[in-house]
Amino acid sequence: MTDLLAARTQMAISLGFHIVFAEIGIAMPLMMVLAEWRWRRTGERAYLDLARRWAKGTAVLFAVGAVSGTVLSFELGLLWPGFMRFAGPLIGMPFSLEGFAFFLEAIFLGVYLYGWERVGPRAHLAAGVVVAASGAASAVFVVLVNAWMNAPTGFTLDAAGSFATVDPIGAMQSPAAFQQALHMLLAAYAATGLAVAGVHAWMLLRGAAPDFHRRALGIALLVGAPAAVLQPLSGDVSARVVALTQPVKLAALEGQWSTERGAPLRIGGWPDATREETRWALEIPYGLSLLAFHDPAAEVTGLRAVPRADRPPVAVVHLAFQTMVALGSAMALVSLWAGWVAWRRRNYTEQHRLLRALVIVAPFGFVATEAGWIVTEVGRQPWVVQGLMRTSDAVTPMPGLVVPMVLFTLLYLGLGAIVATLIASLVRETARASV
Amino acid sequence: MDLDAVGLPEVVAAIMVLALNAYALTGGADFGGGVWDLLARGPRRDAQRALIASQIGPIWEANHVWLILVIVVLFTAFPAAFAALSTVLHVPLSLMLVGIVLRGSSFVFRSYGARDDASQQRWGRVFAVASVLTPLVLGTIVGAIASGAAGDAALRLPATAGSTPPSFVSVFVAPWLAPFPLALGVLALAMFAFLAAVYLGLASPEPALRDDFRRRALGAAAGMFVAAFGALGIARVREPEVVGALMQGRALAFQATVAVAALTALWAIWSRRWQLARLAAAAQVSLILWGWVLVQRPYVVPPMLTIRDAAAPRITLELLLAALAAGAVILVPALVYLFRTFAAERRAR
Repeated sequence: MTDLLAARTQMAISLGFHIVFAEIGIAMPLMMVLAEWRWRRTGERAYLDLARRWAKGTAVLFAVGAVSGTVLSFELGLLWPGFMRFAGPLIGMPFSLEGFAFFLEAIFLGVYLYGWERVGPRAHLAAGVVVAASGAASAVFVVLVNAWMNAPTGFTLDAAGSFATVDPIGAMQSPAAFQQALHMLLAAYAATGLAVAGVHAWMLLRGAAPDFHRRALGIALLVGAPAAVLQPLSGDVSARVVALTQPVKLAALEGQWSTERGAPLRIGGWPDATREETRWALEIPYGLSLLAFHDPAAEVTGLRAVPRADRPPVAVVHLAFQTMVALGSAMALVSLWAGWVAWRRRNYTEQHRLLRALVIVAPFGFVATEAGWIVTEVGRQPWVVQGLMRTSDAVTPMPGLVVPMVLFTLLYLGLGAIVATLIASLVRETARASV
Repeated sequence: MDLDAVGLPEVVAAIMVLALNAYALTGGADFGGGVWDLLARGPRRDAQRALIASQIGPIWEANHVWLILVIVVLFTAFPAAFAALSTVLHVPLSLMLVGIVLRGSSFVFRSYGARDDASQQRWGRVFAVASVLTPLVLGTIVGAIASGAAGDAALRLPATAGSTPPSFVSVFVAPWLAPFPLALGVLALAMFAFLAAVYLGLASPEPALRDDFRRRALGAAAGMFVAAFGALGIARVREPEVVGALMQGRALAFQATVAVAALTALWAIWSRRWQLARLAAAAQVSLILWGWVLVQRPYVVPPMLTIRDAAAPRITLELLLAALAAGAVILVPALVYLFRTFAAERRAR
């Protein structure tokens, strides 16, 4: 394994690990606040019990998210000093704003978790609201940096390719910024909401504490289902921005090799990089031109338009994209179904088929998120900053990078297993919850 | 002080050191708490551990964010320094991160995981050991920067990425695995343990527990003394420039104030004046930190990069300063609220 590949693997594993906890850290506080708010409004103890149990899980998951996020902020330099030396002055702004958002999140999570008896009811609820809001703000700020890497703005270059002038505010206004931030936030609410809904649906199927789990399911779906339904629309906006700003990435995620008008949409299939064609795909005529440009005759750039050295690994990107779309669509459909049941005012607890579907889609959101990050990150290769800096020019000169990569992989595997066991035991406790 | 030498880069650098100072006094003390968890013994062993957990619990995550702020200001305002340091100090920085990850996660695993003795003990042990190792490595990293060894190594690196540097050990190991940085590691550990013992003494609900931490604070103070003079002795032989800078007039006067703070802290702990002890201990640790910064000035990575060399373009510094000011307006009241909320609990006990 080359040092570059080891560095990329370590970054991918660190991000892939952190993003799950980051998503939970965004959506879970919203759910616990809603539960507490329902308790304060209705006086039903089940909601208080729910808020406290969700808060326990949040405490564990947030802490792991906080420390794994710290690792990432250092890894920017440990693995990519070339990138940081180059881009630090431009993208430091959203990172510093994220720092303050994270501060607020940590402060008020402390107040929320340890302050049940210490602060007044309004102050407690408000602390939870601050945690939920600053969690969302953190995500937006971090995604602004990624958007800049995909579609960099806010600078002029000199003849040597260095920045002649920098405009950090302009750098926060990348054309990819709005849609990427929206897509990430919806992903966080959809993935976490439906995962929690799946857990409580499973408990309902087992017949455990139905009053408790019915209320939990209601709030989880309130957070997750609308986001899951909106996500395909946000994905459409995303794809259109990618079509304009990163045509090669679009070509990779669709397996489009030749530049053509009226390009078809490919479902499935295997892009073969040596033969430069995508085989065994189900092709929908004009579909890609229509989706990417809302015009059946629009010209779509193919991968052959750039030299091989400037193309991402097409098969990985295409497969990840298909996975994301398939899982996201399933989540949207199940969410619509749940919405239909809620609309008809039927009791969730009796809808066994819906409950089973919710259990099945429970992990989909996190898998789709991982796939989505593979699409955006691997799809940008070989660039770390699209068109400006290659990933190979950003990597640290330190040799032997496979060692830290293995170290952090083992650390995260171990942590992941422990967290999973712990959360499972917290869930099992709720099975015994008597309300 | 020469006022011309204080411009925007210096102001941003000073704010970065302030954040590091805040981290040492808060996050550092949380690590120190872990040290006392590891060393908890005697008839009140469980009470000591319970007090440490209750003191750290609500605030450690907020305290930890100071470190993130330091890093973010470093890479925004002094990107060349961040790139150089994180390249040559890759190994100890990675070890520190492992320590940070293990300390934080084992603390919540212990707090929210299974209540049985075996799991409590297991996570308690991981928490305590990680709390000892992390400050050791952090101090070692500071020592590698202060001694100039990290900067020297960064200067020897080839300018282009991908080519093989002269020798792995000389660039990536020798700068930090050396007596002076390691002595600073021990000093950092003793300082954090000292702060924690003083804070815990103040927070102790009963006199016997308070006396436990009084003895520990005095022991940690002795440890600091030994580590500081040990580091100085090593530096006299191996880093004559550092010692030369420490022995100049202004630095000597500065060291006198450190001595005053140290003696005040010792006397206050001895005579059980805990409020004063906390103030003096915090002043002592802060002064030691600022002493390092003043000796190292104007370098951010001696002898490679001065603050001016490493500074980002002016527009970046201006915007960063504005963001820090705006952030402080929200952050300071929030932090005061957090500490008040949980300080009230201590008084109520």
